[in-house]
Amino acid sequence: MRAGLDFRFHGQEFIARPSGALYWPERKTLIVSDLHLGRSSRYARRGGALLPPYDDGLTLAALGAEIEALGAQRVISLGDSFDDDAAAGRSYALPKGVEWICITGNHDPLKGDISLPGQQFEHWQEELSFRHIRGEGPDVSGHLHPVIALAGKRWRCFVVSQKHLILPAFGRYTGGLEVGDAAFDGWARPGYALICGQSVFAMPLKS
Amino acid sequence: MTQLPPKFAAWFEAQGWQPHDYQLKLLNADESTLLIAPTGGGKTLSGFLPSLIDLAEGGSGLHTLYVSPLKALTTNIARNLARPIAEMALPIRVEERTGDTKSTRRARQRIDPPHILLTTPESLALMLSYPEAPKIFASLSRVIFDELHALGESKRGDHLMLCLARLQSFAPNLQVLGLSATVDDPEDLAKFMGAQQIIKAVQRTKPDIALLPTKLPPPWAGAGGRYGVTEVLQEIAQNNATLIFHNTRAQAELFFQALWMANEAALPIALHHGSLSKEQRLKVEAAMASGALRAIVATGSLDLGLDWGNLDLVIQVGSPRQVKRLAQRIGRSNHRFNIPSKARLLPTNRFDVIECLAALQALEAQELDQTKRGAGPLEVLCQHILNLACSGPIDADALYAEVKTAGPYRGLSRADFDACLDLAATGGYALRAYDRWQRLMLRGGLWSLRDPRAARQIRMNIGTIVGREMVRVKSRRGEAFGEIEESFASALREGDSFLLGGKTLRYVRLKELTLEAVQERKAEPKIPSYSGQTMSSSLRLSRRVFEILADKTRWKALPQSVQDWLVLQEERSEFPSKTKLLCESFPHRGQQYLVIYGFAGKNAHQALGLLISRNLEAQGLAPMGFLASDHALMISSLSPVSDLATLFALESLDEALTHWFAQSSLLRRAFREVATIAGLLQRNQAGARKTGKQATFSSDILFDALRKHEPDHLLLRASLEHVSREIIDKERLSALVEQFPQAHLRVLPQVSPLAAPLLMEMGRVKLQGQGTEQAARKMAEELMTLSGLSQIDIGGA
Repeated sequence: MRAGLDFRFHGQEFIARPSGALYWPERKTLIVSDLHLGRSSRYARRGGALLPPYDDGLTLAALGAEIEALGAQRVISLGDSFDDDAAAGRSYALPKGVEWICITGNHDPLKGDISLPGQQFEHWQEELSFRHIRGEGPDVSGHLHPVIALAGKRWRCFVVSQKHLILPAFGRYTGGLEVGDAAFDGWARPGYALICGQSVFAMPLKS
Repeated sequence: MTQLPPKFAAWFEAQGWQPHDYQLKLLNADESTLLIAPTGGGKTLSGFLPSLIDLAEGGSGLHTLYVSPLKALTTNIARNLARPIAEMALPIRVEERTGDTKSTRRARQRIDPPHILLTTPESLALMLSYPEAPKIFASLSRVIFDELHALGESKRGDHLMLCLARLQSFAPNLQVLGLSATVDDPEDLAKFMGAQQIIKAVQRTKPDIALLPTKLPPPWAGAGGRYGVTEVLQEIAQNNATLIFHNTRAQAELFFQALWMANEAALPIALHHGSLSKEQRLKVEAAMASGALRAIVATGSLDLGLDWGNLDLVIQVGSPRQVKRLAQRIGRSNHRFNIPSKARLLPTNRFDVIECLAALQALEAQELDQTKRGAGPLEVLCQHILNLACSGPIDADALYAEVKTAGPYRGLSRADFDACLDLAATGGYALRAYDRWQRLMLRGGLWSLRDPRAARQIRMNIGTIVGREMVRVKSRRGEAFGEIEESFASALREGDSFLLGGKTLRYVRLKELTLEAVQERKAEPKIPSYSGQTMSSSLRLSRRVFEILADKTRWKALPQSVQDWLVLQEERSEFPSKTKLLCESFPHRGQQYLVIYGFAGKNAHQALGLLISRNLEAQGLAPMGFLASDHALMISSLSPVSDLATLFALESLDEALTHWFAQSSLLRRAFREVATIAGLLQRNQAGARKTGKQATFSSDILFDALRKHEPDHLLLRASLEHVSREIIDKERLSALVEQFPQAHLRVLPQVSPLAAPLLMEMGRVKLQGQGTEQAARKMAEELMTLSGLSQIDIGGA
């Protein structure tokens, strides 16, 4: 098992995993965001580049490995599980034996069938609020695909600020948005980037 | 025809010109020809002469297509052609068509092409992607390729030859003329372009070329040449116009700054390199053309290009790395046939003196470096197939036959062609995931675009130049300073200062693809370097350096300071020879060093450094890092090396190289280029990121996916070929490995004179073999400590 980084956010203990997943040990819950299943086939359908058709397999294998390594019993997917409606209708070889909570993202179909098990919600409330796009906070969300440039390379990262915990995209063929982007202005600082390398390491984001 | 037609003869006479022999020979040539002529001397105009004569009595449709590697050259040619056409009142229409041409004009050219069209390889490829292509080019009689020696060294040339094959299908009697500077192997270049004959223009007068004597001896290490600023300024003052070439942008910047500090006479001197904004570069070029400048400090950005009649001196700072590059740069001065070119070389350090001398001697002996021309790259063919599909349905058999007429693809197997077609159509994956969504579909025996709307995206991706991602540098008010590579920009932190355009700039912030900076009065920049690869010395040049070192009788040609240094080396240690691979080991400041004088070039040494470091690790000698130069490899470790045999015990070289590739970023970088050319990655991705969308992904992700699931995929194969083609290490590395049995270890009590400069270099550069993640983690940890926090607990009770 590769090393994660333990931290606390509004009274809850979390582990930020190098894979980009967030683990909530107390609830045996694995939280992931922005799987973007079906991305390569969407490109192809639109007449664009024919990307190596392995993204879904890689993404789901990584998810399965995390579930098994951590013994997770529940998965919360923070939305954008699918790249588009067509992808949502296809069937996937999903990890078995876990309970699913699916939050609807802007790429997901609003209604109708999706091929993930479990229920669909606009957001999910426990001790914390789980959503696709951050709200008032304190909340855990995705959507932004944060990355940070450091030592000449771009790294996927979590962003932890006073009220918001943002997950990096878990989907393999997803790009990223620099934490220096205007989309992070006004709420991400002061805060931290939890950087996903072979292990996870933290860096303060200057205000 | 052995004479010019009367109208032309009269015009020549009015200019006071005599047609050169080779110009008359060209008039008679009805087969495809390669014309080899030194820079200058009216080579380009001669190329157009047969067209002008043909068209003198009028013509309809496109007659001549001129292709140059630079947009600036087409503009220049248009100007030069305008004069004879006007003065002889010839009924000829000449037009340019480049990326700068307005779209309305381009659209009109598709319906009503001019007699003579001046263009670039990329614009030609674009024209071939339109359905009107067969009609436009059916009337074509002649094609002229300018600066073919330069085009022939990159994938642009391979691409161009594919386009030529298509043109020849449209116009089977097409006559092709290639114009080239002097090259090592003209026959090879002729084969490349499919020329049946080679015409060589007379040699110019021998150039006046020498080392620039300096009062101060060159430093032991370093690559800037700043010790010679006084002498360079004197040369500038004594000549009308001087071009000062540097090998890298960073060095050009630093040298320019040093020149200005010492420029008491305030001679007008400007800077020109690829990172400056286009407006700045054009301004400098215009100032030079008008005679307002006395000197330009430049990089390869001025290797090709405009003729400056008043240019009378070229100064090359640092070894030119390649003899032909020196020959071409020298040719920029005194651009007339009968006056010798004049050039001076300023070596940047003591070792560099030897290499500069070697380059001079090679030039004297007319021994230019070999150009390794491999088979045409497959990714270029993939792109070509997609481009052609945009113009209309493709017949696979006919296209295969056509492609095989292109010089670089003469040996293309049907299997490789089919693989390229498959890649364009389906992506070429073992998992047939896209059967419904193929890019090209087979309909009625012909391949055509499944979705014709895809043509737009394919056209946007035309070309084989894949630039690094650049970041614009601007002031707060939006004043443009230039561009720097993104990897360099992202390594900068608040307060760091760097040089760009001769100005010291302080980093303020990086937002999207723009870096905001302020100009600093303080002269000394904190980080004076750009990232980016430097070129290895050519094999021939390395060999000559080695020969000078090994043969004491040849030292006399070197400056005294360098001779003294070599004598000291002879006393304290020894020199490598043809039968001896010299290795030295010595302690220095608590560490042990091993130096291998391999003379195999920086890249081969780098590969070897990685391999040997692994062996050192296995032996528990705790390697610390290594430094690869063109001439030697230096490895530092905690424990001394005593046994070379086990150190040099490498598994099969191929296996070793594969390992090296996996570790180094070379293959990944190659994949990015290859995948972009083949159309897997979209060139406009950088643009997409600017809009703040996260739709882009890095090529690394695709690379990893392919490596895992399809290690034999065409694009991975092409990436490997790209690396061996562009970097040509494999041969040099294997030659070095073959010498291992001749290795001779000299154990010294202290650093040897020959190794001392390397040791100094080692102190100032980042050593290879340090992981990026380690570096990133260190930076992050420093900040965490600074912030006084090591545990994150937000919003806790």
